[in-house]
Amino acid sequence: MVNNAIEINNISKSYGDVTAVTGVNLNIAKGELFGLIGPDGGGKTTLFQILTSLLIPDTGHAIVEGLDTVKDFRKLRKIIGYMPGRFSLYPDLSVHENLEFFATIFNTTIEKNYHLIEDIYVQLEPFKSRRADKLSGGMKQKLALCCALIHQPVVLFLDEPTTGVDAVSREEFWVMLKRLKQKGITILVSTPYMDEASQCERIALIQDGRILQVNTPTAVTSGFDKTLFAVRSDDSYKLLLDLRTLPFAKRTEPFGEYMHVTTEPDVTAEYIAQILNSRGHKSIEVKPTSATVEDVFLDLM
Amino acid sequence: MHRTFWAIAKKEMYHILRDTRTLIILFGMPIALVIIFGYTISNEFKNASISVIDQSRDDLSKSFIEHLTSSGHFRLVTTGKKVEDLEHAFKAGQIKMGVIIPPKFETQYYRNNTVTVQIITDATEPNYAATLNNYAINIISSFNKGDPALSSAPYRIDIKTRMFYNPELVGAYNFIPGVAALILMLVSAMMTSLTIAKEKETGTMDLLLVSPVPPLIIILGKVAPYIILSFIDALIVFAMGYYIFEVPILGSLPLLLLMSLIYLMVALSLGVLISTVADTQQTAMMASMFALLLPTMLLSGFIFPIASMPTLLQVISRIIPATYFIDIEKAIMLKGAGWEVIQQSAIVMVVMVIVLLLITWKNFKIIHK
Repeated sequence: MVNNAIEINNISKSYGDVTAVTGVNLNIAKGELFGLIGPDGGGKTTLFQILTSLLIPDTGHAIVEGLDTVKDFRKLRKIIGYMPGRFSLYPDLSVHENLEFFATIFNTTIEKNYHLIEDIYVQLEPFKSRRADKLSGGMKQKLALCCALIHQPVVLFLDEPTTGVDAVSREEFWVMLKRLKQKGITILVSTPYMDEASQCERIALIQDGRILQVNTPTAVTSGFDKTLFAVRSDDSYKLLLDLRTLPFAKRTEPFGEYMHVTTEPDVTAEYIAQILNSRGHKSIEVKPTSATVEDVFLDLM
Repeated sequence: MHRTFWAIAKKEMYHILRDTRTLIILFGMPIALVIIFGYTISNEFKNASISVIDQSRDDLSKSFIEHLTSSGHFRLVTTGKKVEDLEHAFKAGQIKMGVIIPPKFETQYYRNNTVTVQIITDATEPNYAATLNNYAINIISSFNKGDPALSSAPYRIDIKTRMFYNPELVGAYNFIPGVAALILMLVSAMMTSLTIAKEKETGTMDLLLVSPVPPLIIILGKVAPYIILSFIDALIVFAMGYYIFEVPILGSLPLLLLMSLIYLMVALSLGVLISTVADTQQTAMMASMFALLLPTMLLSGFIFPIASMPTLLQVISRIIPATYFIDIEKAIMLKGAGWEVIQQSAIVMVVMVIVLLLITWKNFKIIHK
């Protein structure tokens, strides 16, 4: 009967005067790999803590696998896995001791659910007696994931799992998540990195406690209906300043080695190049480009 | 259920055993405190430097000086003829006490039955001066009694004082119970509030909460190792007191240990209570320092006697658990008292545990953050 793994209905939560999330509605299907994309302070962590029953919302309610996060929190805690934003394992326990501890408090053993973590744990195995605080960032994330998985959760909540992790480990991490998805686990993952959005099946853009948009990553980017150019010249800083003075350029943001310029619909690349040339820029390159999630995000803000 | 309890307790033991600082506080601190209180902070004295101005220089004055110094409490550093010499020695800090023997000491003594000896003390340290004074008076009066020629003197009022339970006024009799109370408070309350606050601070508490483990088991599991360790601390303090400072345990040892256990429960509940309000280790530390350690030290009668405190502080001392525990300890250890004597204090401590646990229960937002 229940088709959604997670149903969030009109949830709001504030801490004193500070509003963390307001009127959030969101449905996440079973077995979905869903991304919550937004900058720090956007309300992602608060939402995670409400869904994992750690926080009680001021208004609204949330249902995870048919269980109310407030009323049924005891049952809920048996079936979810949570990986908090900060590295939250015991730094003075070894890799193996951490994993064993979390297996025990979830009334299971490493052996019983080894098949779930095997892919990930084989990489950690050589360091199993090393203290957790002596691991690299990527290794710490893998261990934290193992600890969150060891009791075979139905829904996995990963709060910024790739923050502070090198690019290669981040890539590996997403591969692991996709493998877990194939095992039928619903995964809600948050990230401040817009480029990771495309790894998810669907994403929600969240900013200042509000959901701006929910869709597949491609639908989100293809829904961008404004004219967008990628511009480059020999002096990036001057380029940014100059572009921002142009009356037809609605928004200019640095984007790697290029500037992304959102303009009026009738502006052409040649026209921009011409103006920049007249302002003394050299090696000018202007090309139309397609929007990324970040462009959409900045546009929605 | 017991599997998760043991897992948490075992994890806590790892934390304790792998952290040198925790280990030092747990085991170095009690030993250090006992030694510091035992050897430095003490009202007892030996070999206090004194000077005697003997203006008589006869046989009796010589035997008087000998009597004074043979007690072991005084050491004669200078002698002089003039009273001015005394003042010079005081100013130079050479002596703490001066004794002036008047001229014709022996003659007066046998003729009048009475002779006046002047004692002058350096009262820049009032307590020390008063103690020296008392010792000197005691020793001098025993010189009187030791002389058979005077024993039949017709008009005398003899005061016979006796100090019960601690006739020699051994400082250890006071500080061993005090240090035990302090150490148990430190280890049980501060360490537990710190360890719980630490899990909150590092975020691991969230992970424990999101597990199916009931909050009560989390707390019990974390506290259990500290019950054992602080009990060991109590044993260390009592043993050091017994073997090094010769503080007796006249009453029942099992009763003393049982009372220590109850006091320990009070301290643990206080620690857990603090951790319900403190979200960081620093807050927990400050709270235990100011709300627990200082009162335990200053208002429990350990350092300053309760009877001489202003009324308000006396009232406050009545809500400090250590006040009752120190009473109990002294009753059992020094007076050999049994349950009928200490039961009132014991009941107060039990009530404290129950009340504290109830407050904690109400306050604990451990089910949700």
